[in-house]
Amino acid sequence: MKYQYTEKKDTRSGFGDGLTALGRSHPEVVALCADLVGSLKMANFIKENPSRFFQMGISEANMMGTAAGLATAGKIPFTGTFANFSTGRVYDQLRQSIAYSEKNVKVCASHAGLTLGEDGATHQILEDVGMVKMLPNFTVIVPCDYHQTKAATIAIADHEGPVYLRFGRPSWPIFTNPEEPFVIGKAQKMISGSDVTIMAYGHMVWKAIEAEAILAAEGFSVEVINMHTIKPLDVAAILDSVNKTGCIVTAEEHNINGGLGESVARIIGQNHPCPQEFVAVNDTFGESGTPDQLLEKYGLSTENIVLAAKRAIERK
Amino acid sequence: MANVAELEKIASQVRRDIVRMVHSCQSGHPGGSLGCTEYLIALYFSIMKHDTKFNMKGIEEDLFFISNGHISPVFYSVLARVGYFDVSELATFRKINSRLQGHPATEEGLPGIRMSAGSLGQGLSVACGAALAKRLNNDPRNVFCLMGDGEQQEGQVWEAAMFAAHNKLDHLIATIDYNGQQIDGPVDEVLSLGDLAGKYKAFGWTVLSCEGNDMSAILSMLNEAIDQTGKGKPIMILMKTAMGKGVDFMEGSHKWHGIPPNDAQLEDALNQLEETLGDY
Repeated sequence: MKYQYTEKKDTRSGFGDGLTALGRSHPEVVALCADLVGSLKMANFIKENPSRFFQMGISEANMMGTAAGLATAGKIPFTGTFANFSTGRVYDQLRQSIAYSEKNVKVCASHAGLTLGEDGATHQILEDVGMVKMLPNFTVIVPCDYHQTKAATIAIADHEGPVYLRFGRPSWPIFTNPEEPFVIGKAQKMISGSDVTIMAYGHMVWKAIEAEAILAAEGFSVEVINMHTIKPLDVAAILDSVNKTGCIVTAEEHNINGGLGESVARIIGQNHPCPQEFVAVNDTFGESGTPDQLLEKYGLSTENIVLAAKRAIERK
Repeated sequence: MANVAELEKIASQVRRDIVRMVHSCQSGHPGGSLGCTEYLIALYFSIMKHDTKFNMKGIEEDLFFISNGHISPVFYSVLARVGYFDVSELATFRKINSRLQGHPATEEGLPGIRMSAGSLGQGLSVACGAALAKRLNNDPRNVFCLMGDGEQQEGQVWEAAMFAAHNKLDHLIATIDYNGQQIDGPVDEVLSLGDLAGKYKAFGWTVLSCEGNDMSAILSMLNEAIDQTGKGKPIMILMKTAMGKGVDFMEGSHKWHGIPPNDAQLEDALNQLEETLGDY
């Protein structure tokens, strides 16, 4: 294994700690939450900045509009709720009041994807990245671990424009460097290799690193890229990598429709046609279960990435 | 501060602008625009402290947010007539490469526009956010918001209504254009609002009402609303208007919600509206 971890933590705690840091450094940052303060780890920000926090109750549409209004006056609003209620429930509010109105709102979305676990499909949104990446003016970011989520939370405050920041519920390996600044739109090469590129975001980056170890033991040279910014996409990073490896696997905790895989397919189709394999949820809803059981059942395990990489290499 | 006679003169010209704009592009919404003419003129020419040099943040200014964005003709005409941009630009309404989009948009950089509106139900939430920002900034000015009555059927309006009262946004003055009409017919037939005043009172608002097509009445009502600020409750004005006011064949009918006049109808309408400030 080229990366090790000694600690696991949920990425939502990275958001909470990043927000706390912003509370101290950025007086214009305000936070809104729709009755999920504990789940989003916002308590510390609220304790330190009570007048800059707005409890919205269970009314996400109003939260998005209120955030847009705050942004109009120059505030930097961070909204907090689950990914499902941050996107599907409020798509028209994101579209008209935030994206089209060019408002500097940071939509921070927890409990995304299958790894939400036992709550089941009503809450396991797998369509959110696709929905938000289709909205003009929005930046879409999915960091891979606690440290990176904290760094990304801090970074988006200094980025002018609407941002969708997606993170999750489960305890997950911490393997990135806490000192490394988060650069929006700049892919992070985790491991260099020449036989195949594995490109992932969010929780799946760790799975890609595990897959690399297995493939390396079998003699394959694997490049692992953390594509934490799905939009705007780092086109140069994709093309540099496939120019070298000649094939790619995209891995994401998202529906195969509308995710990173399709964005990458467009880029390589236009510029450098080569085999691509997709590790993603095959156009279905999730269900109740533990995160690991669900990743296994829906084809998002380490083994699925290993097999996809071998298929991609064979097709070269 | 203009007097009532001067404001009424402006109203006649704004109504001419409205019918000429929708006629020129053969689309748009004359009915609600004509009905809300007195209200917008009262706000921009008399009631609000605002700067036509336009700064998005609007610090130390009164702010207005339109939620029923389809009445953009009256909004654009009033913004132009009060000095945000040249009146000649009204000729570009709804045409290709215009800053005067069918529904208000910030993307084109039209001075005076702080939010897009068109998809209904969102403006009161935005006004709540702007009101919170004023409170945070210790900015004592007020936030105004206009909604349609049919728009009250949108659930988000009631989320915002609950939020505004809970947070004692008592510098928020919302108004409903209570013309009783929506696209498919009378509001009472489409989906009745019931006791709208009672509903807002029950939500914790101070509720006022007035005749919206009477310049003196709307001025006194807005001044009374301002007197009611700072008392712990958001303020709602139920403003009774006639859709299509000022053009006899349009008045009071939902049929003129979203269709333009033809050449003969334009001539008929303009004959009823004195050109007081010069057509654009």
